[in-house]
Amino acid sequence: MRAVGIIFSNIHDHNVPELVRVRTLGSIPFGGRYRLIDFPLSNMVNSGIDTVGIITKSNYQSLMDHVGSGKDWDLARKDGGVIILPPYGDTESSSLYTSRLEALKGITSFLFRADEEYVVMTDCDAVCRINFSEVIEQHIRNHADITLVYKKLHKDEYKEKSATTFDIKDGRIINVNYKEKLHEEICNVFTNVFVMKKSLLQSIVMDSISHNKRYFMGDVIAANLDSMKIMAYEHKGFYAGITSLQAYYDSNMKMLDHDIRNEIFGDRSVFTKIRDSAPTKYGNSAIVKNSMIADGCVIEGEVENSIIFRNVKVARGTVVKNSIIMQNTVLGENCTLNCIITDKNVVITDKKVLSGSENHPFYIGKGIMI
Amino acid sequence: MIRKKKCVAMLLAGGQGSRLYALTNNIAKPAVSFGGKYRIIDFPLSNCVNSGIDTVGVLTQYQPLILNGYIGNGQPWDLDRAFGGVRILSPYQGKNSSDWYKGTANAIYQNLRFINQYNPDYVLILSGDHIYKMNYALMLNYHILNGADCTIAAINVPMKEASRFGILNTNPDGSIYEFEEKPKKPKSTLASMGIYIFSTQKLCKYLEEDSLNPKSSNDFGKDILPRMLAQGEKMMAYEFEGYWKDVGTIDSLFEANMDLLGDNPKFDVTDNAWKIQSRSPLAPPHYIGDSAKTDNSIIMSGCEIFGTIENSILASDVTVKKGAIIRNSIIMSDVIIEEDAVVEYSIIDENTVIGKGAKIGEDKSSKKGITVLSRNIKVDAGATVEGGAIIDKNVTKGGN
Repeated sequence: MRAVGIIFSNIHDHNVPELVRVRTLGSIPFGGRYRLIDFPLSNMVNSGIDTVGIITKSNYQSLMDHVGSGKDWDLARKDGGVIILPPYGDTESSSLYTSRLEALKGITSFLFRADEEYVVMTDCDAVCRINFSEVIEQHIRNHADITLVYKKLHKDEYKEKSATTFDIKDGRIINVNYKEKLHEEICNVFTNVFVMKKSLLQSIVMDSISHNKRYFMGDVIAANLDSMKIMAYEHKGFYAGITSLQAYYDSNMKMLDHDIRNEIFGDRSVFTKIRDSAPTKYGNSAIVKNSMIADGCVIEGEVENSIIFRNVKVARGTVVKNSIIMQNTVLGENCTLNCIITDKNVVITDKKVLSGSENHPFYIGKGIMI
Repeated sequence: MIRKKKCVAMLLAGGQGSRLYALTNNIAKPAVSFGGKYRIIDFPLSNCVNSGIDTVGVLTQYQPLILNGYIGNGQPWDLDRAFGGVRILSPYQGKNSSDWYKGTANAIYQNLRFINQYNPDYVLILSGDHIYKMNYALMLNYHILNGADCTIAAINVPMKEASRFGILNTNPDGSIYEFEEKPKKPKSTLASMGIYIFSTQKLCKYLEEDSLNPKSSNDFGKDILPRMLAQGEKMMAYEFEGYWKDVGTIDSLFEANMDLLGDNPKFDVTDNAWKIQSRSPLAPPHYIGDSAKTDNSIIMSGCEIFGTIENSILASDVTVKKGAIIRNSIIMSDVIIEEDAVVEYSIIDENTVIGKGAKIGEDKSSKKGITVLSRNIKVDAGATVEGGAIIDKNVTKGGN
C-alpha cells in the first residue's frame, strides 16, 4: 500500500536544549556515525515509502547538509524522493508554527501533490526500527481512521516526568493522557507515529484552519476518540526515546549491548550520509574495551564503555570511560574523561580531568576548547 | 563554443593480475581490496579528481562484474557528471571487426571515439595496479611547459631493483633518449611508472599507425613509446617523488598494506588535502568487546572484535571471536574468524570463514611466505593451513 512519509525534525527540540543549540533534533549525532533523522528516514525507506517530506522550523542548515539530495537513502528520485519543507512564510502571518497542526498547514501543497493513499507521520525523537508497512496493514485490517504507534514501557524505565500515554481497549484508544506523569506500572507510551489516509489528514488540516485548532493530540485525537476509530499499534522491538540529555546518553550506551546493536544495525539498513574517512587506526598503546568506534579515528589511549564518533583523536595516556565523544573531537595526552558528552569539534588539551556521573553526564558544547 | 576537456584520463583496468593468484580468481586486479577500506582503483580515480581531471574512461576486460558494480555511476568520486565523469569502456563488437583488447595500446585505440567526444588537448594514460598519491596537474603542466609530445612519469628505484622495471635514460634536461624494458645492466634508476601524458594528436597518429602494423604487440611500453622515440618525438621524463608501489604481486600488495601502519606510516591515507575517495560500506561503527586487544592495527566500520588484533588491517564487517588471534595479516570484508583461531602473516579475502581453533599461516620468521585464502571459502574447525599456502577451496580438518 503506497504511503507518503512526513518527518517532523524539530518538534521535540525542547527535550535536549543543549544538543539543539546549533541544530534540529533530527540532526543530533547518534551511535557513532548516525543522526537521529536516519532512523525514521531509514524506517520509511525500508517500509517502501519513497516520498518523504521533512518538516523543519529553525536551525535546519545541518539537517539540509545531512540529507542533501537524499541519495544516501536512495531518495534522490525523479518521482517522489525526499524534500525538505522549511516553514512557509507569507506576508500575512510571518510567525513560525508552534504546533504539529500548524506545521501541517504549511505543507498543504506538498500533501496535495502526493498521490499516495496513506500518510505516515513520525518525529525524530526515537531510536527504533518500525516497519511502517505492517502498521499500515494493521490500519487497513482494522478499518481504522487513525492508527497510533505505542510502546509498552515500564514506569521505572521511563525516567522523564511526563509522557503521552494511551488507555487501550481491544486495540482501540479510549483515553489519551496527554503529557502526564506515568501512573501505571506499565504504560502505553506514544511513539509519535501516526498512520491515516492522506485524504483524512488533508481534511483534518483544512478543518483546523477554519476552526483555528492548534493541537493534533488534543484537538484532533483526544476530541474524536468516540467519533473516529482511533486504533493503537504496539511496537514490540527496541525503542529508545530521546526525551532528555540523560535519555540521549543512556540510548547511546544501549548500543554497546550486542543484541540491541544487532537489532538496530544488524541488517545494515540504517542509512546515513556517507562521508569518506580513512579507517580507524590503533596505536601500540591503545587499550579498548566495550566501545563503538567509528571510522577515521586515531586511538592511542584507553577507551572503555564509550561511543566514539568519526575522526576523533585519543592521544597517549588518555583514558576515556562511559563517554560519548562526537566527531572531530581531539583529546590531548594524559586526560581522564568519565561520563562526558563532547559535542563536535571539541578540543581537550593535555592533562585535563573531566567527570560527570552516569546519572548526570557532563556536556561540553560544540567547538569548545578546554 | 565547442565543449571540450583539457585532459581526459584513460585507466587501463583490464589486467588479470595473475600474480595475485587466488585474490583475482574472479575479480579484476584494480578491484582488489586495499587498506581496509579501499580498492586499488580508488587511488588513480581519486588522483584524477584531486588533479581536476573529471573525465575518466575505465577500460575493463577481465572479470569486470565487481569492478563495474564498484565504479557504478562514479558518484563516490564525484564523477557522476553531465559532461564527462567516469565511463566503463569494455570491448565491443564493431561492424567490421570485434576484438578483445589485444594490448594496452589497442585498448586505447579501440576507444578513440570516446576520447574524441571530449576533444581533449591531452590524454593521460593510467594503470589500475599502483598505490600512490600524485597530482597529475603538475605533470600536465610539465608536459605543456616543455612542449612535449609524450611525458612519462618516472620514479627513482634502488639500483638492484632497476632491472625489474622499464628504465628511462634521460638527458640532463629531462628528455628521454633511450627506453629500456627490464634491462640486465640498467644505466639509470629512473623507472617508468606506467603513467603517460600524450598530446592527443600525436597519440591518435601513433595508435592508428600501430593498429595497421600486424607485427605489433599493440603495447605502449613495447611498441608505441619506442616508435615515438625513434621518430624523434619530444619525450620527457617527469620525476615523481613520493610513495609509489606496484601491487602486482602478493608480497608487494601485502607490503603496501602494511605501509599504512605505524605512528608515522610510510603511506598516509588520512591526509585531508588529498582525500582518497571510495565507495563506502554502509555499516555502523565497529565494536571492540571486553576481551579484545587491538595493537597497531587498522579496523573498519562494521567489525565486531572480541579477539586479539596485532599489526593487521581489517576491512569492514569482519567478526573476530573470543580467543582468536590475528597477527601481521590483512583481513578483507565480511570474514568471520571463529573462537581461538589463529591467523598469522596471511591475506584472507572477502567472505571467508575460519573455523574454531583453525591455524592459518605461520609467523614471518618461518620464511614460508604469505598465506593467501581466497574469497567465499570455509576453513573447518581445527584445520590447519600451512605457511605460504595459497588456497582457493574449502579446507577440511586433516586435509589441506
